[in-house]
Amino acid sequence: MSDLLLVPEERFQKEIDHIRKTEGVELSILNLGPTHPATHGIFQNILLMDGEKIIDGEGTVGYIHRAFEKIAENRPFYQINVLTDRLNYCSSPINNTGWWMTVEKALGIEIPKRVQYMRVIIMELARIADHIICSSVMGVDTGALTGFLYVMQYREKIYEIYEEICGARLTTNMGRIGGFEREWSEAAWKKLDEFLAEFPAVWKEFEDMLSRNRIFMDRTIGAGAVDAEMAMSYGFTGPNLRAAGVDYDIRVASPYCSYEDFEFDIPVGQNGDCYDRFCVRNAEVWESMKIIRQALEKMPEGPYHADVPDYYLPPKEEVYNNMEALIYHFKIVMGEIPVPNTEVYHSVEGGNGELGFYLITNGSRVPYRLHFRRPCFIYYQAFNEIVKGRSLSDAIITLSSMNVIAGELDC
Amino acid sequence: MSLTNENIQQTLSREFTPHVENFHILHDMLAFEARKEHSFEVLKFLKENPELNFNFLTDVCGIHYPDYEEDRQFCVVYHLHNWFDNIRIRVKVFLPAANPEIESIVSLYAGANWQERETYDFYGIVFKNHPQLKRILNMDEMESFPLRKEFPLEDQGRTDKDDRFFGRTGPNC
Amino acid sequence: MSNSSNIKQVAPPEGFSGEGFFATKLSEVVGLARANSMWPLPFATSCCGIEYMATMAATYDIGRFGSERMSFSPRQADMLLVMGTIAKKMAPILRQVYEQMAEPKWVIAVGACASSGGVFDTYSVLQGIDKVIPVDVYVPGCPPRPEQILDGILELQNIVKNESVRRRSSEEYKELLNSYNIK
Repeated sequence: MSDLLLVPEERFQKEIDHIRKTEGVELSILNLGPTHPATHGIFQNILLMDGEKIIDGEGTVGYIHRAFEKIAENRPFYQINVLTDRLNYCSSPINNTGWWMTVEKALGIEIPKRVQYMRVIIMELARIADHIICSSVMGVDTGALTGFLYVMQYREKIYEIYEEICGARLTTNMGRIGGFEREWSEAAWKKLDEFLAEFPAVWKEFEDMLSRNRIFMDRTIGAGAVDAEMAMSYGFTGPNLRAAGVDYDIRVASPYCSYEDFEFDIPVGQNGDCYDRFCVRNAEVWESMKIIRQALEKMPEGPYHADVPDYYLPPKEEVYNNMEALIYHFKIVMGEIPVPNTEVYHSVEGGNGELGFYLITNGSRVPYRLHFRRPCFIYYQAFNEIVKGRSLSDAIITLSSMNVIAGELDC
Repeated sequence: MSLTNENIQQTLSREFTPHVENFHILHDMLAFEARKEHSFEVLKFLKENPELNFNFLTDVCGIHYPDYEEDRQFCVVYHLHNWFDNIRIRVKVFLPAANPEIESIVSLYAGANWQERETYDFYGIVFKNHPQLKRILNMDEMESFPLRKEFPLEDQGRTDKDDRFFGRTGPNC
Repeated sequence: MSNSSNIKQVAPPEGFSGEGFFATKLSEVVGLARANSMWPLPFATSCCGIEYMATMAATYDIGRFGSERMSFSPRQADMLLVMGTIAKKMAPILRQVYEQMAEPKWVIAVGACASSGGVFDTYSVLQGIDKVIPVDVYVPGCPPRPEQILDGILELQNIVKNESVRRRSSEEYKELLNSYNIK
């Protein structure tokens, strides 16, 4: 049996015994995780150390494996939305919208322009929320707690906007097949405008605090560098890939949901190290705000959902008064909806990269197979390669700069 | 001449018939089946041929079809993406129920490593020449492969939930 | 000085006061001291952990209830806040962290997943952490709002204030730990 199939502690112990005999150097094993300070998430790394330097490492994941793909084979489409919230829980609306777009592609539903613009606004707001957490937690890991406390107040403002739209703060369960469950209230639009007015000054202050800070730069520049070839080979997508210099963004490469109507830049880094990832995420927040402003200006009139009575629940007043609406309501809830036999793969640009949904339907109200292409799972494989030969403190800051969300890692 | 689904189909058929078959287009994505003995060569060709140039592995996953014939019960699905011409393609490789084995593509795309481990963990599909084929998401001691259709979703040993309330007749009623 | 007029003064415990001293029961004093300085060990696994980050942050500020310092080392923590789904793979680690904590220690199960498995009634998820460790307070929600988490912590503070000083060496407590096979 190959050594690599052993538990990492055993494999590294053999290595330590071997090196002690051949070179007289005493290496040690360090267990990083699964519980981490600064509430990163649940994943473990066993590291083989020579003092402060990392010689080798192996990651263990699956500490929060909740079997989403198995659950999805037993739940109707509208109940799977609840699962998608909990993938990258820092930016739930992006996951929700991605799922609805996959289902609409499978069912062949056209979405009105207004719904697409509203979806763009909510996805970009979720992207801002995700990057707020990632960048401020990078600050916390280098010792700067103030930035985190300061910008989390604005994440609270985003939570208030979500509450106006769907009622929940974090795991939003937003949207339905064909659009949104209700028109956004006056308060939601007002809060959105207030957020766009107040947040730029705050974000500039946060950026200024860290991006030209001597200590932060010394900690992050050069740590965890990934070059473009390695990144593409490992399947990196999202800010981690863009920091390595590759300008691949699904919103531009294969625009979905009317992203082609908006003008925005793709921020790209040079070295792929922690500092570049930090700067790329900060720049993406500015681009997201630009997109939201453009969407608000150009917002067309129209309904807030597509006209698909087969899939979209009719309003309650009609259900009580109108026979047809009652029948549709019954059929949708009991699952007698017309579902074709098809396979579809759709991906969206999530907070961490290409979040893909591979859906196989077979005519019944539950999917036959649903597979989530999770960006965190795919790029986390490269972590041990990236930190080989670097010091332990570089490993910690690399871990937080790669933005590994445990819900997405383990699914 | 830009790459289209027809060109890809023609090039592949020219090189690999009869090992590739069943070309079909679903929602603008070309999909086809490759025979398992030649799956590695087909994927290597898709990656390295300068015309096709599928430089990015998007996804590897498995599917269990217990209702199909004996030698088509498991399926490994590869999604590849050509960034230069922006074309995606789906490759399906069917495997027999008795001994589902397929060549690993870690040497082509490093990102396939954990994805193949996940497919092994869920379905028991063995990837030959994989550097580290062991379970990744489930516990190492687990013996069965949970995403196969015969494996139940709920933990059958749980005593605090009454299956009657969920409309199920199971051991927990 | 504050301009608020509706400040509620909490009554001191029952006791006998005189010039420069206040005499009361030992358990009251110990209870007060423990309750108002509970250092949490945030065992954040998933989405509830993000709501805890919001509770920790400036808007909801758990520090004003005494939980100013998050202790990630079990030895220095008083209460274990388990936030998020615990998978069966994670359960031994949760137990190890609980065993490493020094007495007196309390456990709050935050969220539906920690209380009973939540939405995830699957083969890989532990259906509630009370299958492996004793729990004092359950906070429902998916995820619970920060106000709800604070409510759970205040509930625990009540329990702590009224706990007997001899509880940790009593027979019932030993029996409780034995029922979980915790030494």
